[in-house]
Amino acid sequence: MTYQPSSLQLQREAAKRRASRRSTLIALSSTLAVGFLLVLLITGAQGYEMVKNSFFNWSYAKEAMPSVFRGLLLNLRVLIVAEFFVLLLGLLIAIARTTTSPVLYPLRLVATIYTDLFRGLPLLLVLLLVGLGIPGLRISWIPNSAVVLGTVALVLTYSAYVAEVIRAGIEGVNPTQRQAARALGLSQSQTLEHVVLPQAFRNVTPPLLNDLVSLQKDSGLISVLGAVDAIRAAGIQTAQSFNFTPYLVAGALFVLLTIPLTRFTDWLTRRQDARQRAQGQW
Amino acid sequence: MSALFEVKNIRKSFGENLVLDDVSIDFPAQSATVIIGASGSGKSTLMRCMNLLEELNDGQINLDGADISAYGTDIDTVRGQIGSVFQAFNLFPHLSVVDNITLAPRLVHGVKKDVADKNARELLKRFGLLEKADEFPNLLSGGQQQRVAIIRAVATNPKILLLDEVTSALDPVLIAEVLTLIAELKEEGMTMVIATHEMGFAKKIADSVVFLHKGRVHESGTPDQIFGSPQTQELKDFLSALHQAGRL
Repeated sequence: MTYQPSSLQLQREAAKRRASRRSTLIALSSTLAVGFLLVLLITGAQGYEMVKNSFFNWSYAKEAMPSVFRGLLLNLRVLIVAEFFVLLLGLLIAIARTTTSPVLYPLRLVATIYTDLFRGLPLLLVLLLVGLGIPGLRISWIPNSAVVLGTVALVLTYSAYVAEVIRAGIEGVNPTQRQAARALGLSQSQTLEHVVLPQAFRNVTPPLLNDLVSLQKDSGLISVLGAVDAIRAAGIQTAQSFNFTPYLVAGALFVLLTIPLTRFTDWLTRRQDARQRAQGQW
Repeated sequence: MSALFEVKNIRKSFGENLVLDDVSIDFPAQSATVIIGASGSGKSTLMRCMNLLEELNDGQINLDGADISAYGTDIDTVRGQIGSVFQAFNLFPHLSVVDNITLAPRLVHGVKKDVADKNARELLKRFGLLEKADEFPNLLSGGQQQRVAIIRAVATNPKILLLDEVTSALDPVLIAEVLTLIAELKEEGMTMVIATHEMGFAKKIADSVVFLHKGRVHESGTPDQIFGSPQTQELKDFLSALHQAGRL
């Protein structure tokens, strides 16, 4: 015999359908209304024609595109290198901060000072200090290219953030996990590598990726040191034409660059939430 | 001939609180010793001292005649010879059942991955869990998780197995399957120390029973002596409380 829903259930489902139709309708009309108001507000503004010409000029955009895109390739190289070193340095600092042995106290102290310092210093300041200060020392074997020093500044600042995220992950692993591993005879470092860190990284993947997204766009700040990245390339174009459209082109490219990683972060977060709900705990 | 595992005059306190007071117990090879006592009597602390998760304040612990509590002992090596199972399973959630079991053999005992894998699957098969080998722990029932935890502890061929209230977090049906596994290990000659509230099981499996009270060994003997003719008032009170709670 096939299952026949009771009339009560049928009524319930019909009511649910009505409610969802109604909310879709409301969402649609409110979006339209807000959009209409915005268009009215912007196009009605006195300076609209001028802004449109100097920020949204298609012919300038086309002209700027090749050089801005070449600049973006530099950003891409910088952030790939920076992400690698940020994760590495962040991991080392996090491990240093979670050690307990008295011998390692100086290491803990240094790691703590490091994170305090570089989380507090504005990135722009670090960029200027590293990018202008280090070449000023005139040490022959230190490269004074703006790209290298800019990357170093990014790594210095972002490692401090990432270290704190990873540390939170390490401390979030239940101490009984560590105990169980030690009771099986695993050494301190084996426990860290095989039991604690895999769980720690899993716990903090979303905030970690969030920091990496932020690093991606901040890679544009190396332009203040003179590196010809996407923003600098746009600036050069603007200086020639007195039209700001190239900046918008650079901005659009940065957004396109970060979208894949942000979507990936969202997807990962959702998947983890779903998993936690399925188990009731994790 | 001294016993396989000996606890001699150990003391342990947390601050002002004296938890273990001059406790001495011998654990002969292939014997099952059951430790009973009310909550707070020091059972868990004793277990944690025995696998060196807690530092002693006095006394010593001998394994195979060697003092493993001596200062400078390689704790990791010693722990590799002592299997421990906890009340809360503590399986590693990021590893499959098989990887949970092979982790210590591979890392601590240098067993090759394929050999460790084969051994783990044999153990799982013997205890009816082979079809769970590649699952992750969160998909297993509590009883299955605890059985995997016990298999993980014996996969390193420990000289002695410590079981600390391993059934306390389980319902009666699941308790039965875990106790069956423990009884089979006993048949195979595993030396074990069991802290438990399952008195029926204690009577069946124990070669000797130790009653801890306020951090001291208050009474000890065969199951018949302890459950049949308790000598001290404290043990009588404990047993009658269990009886009233329907646990005896």
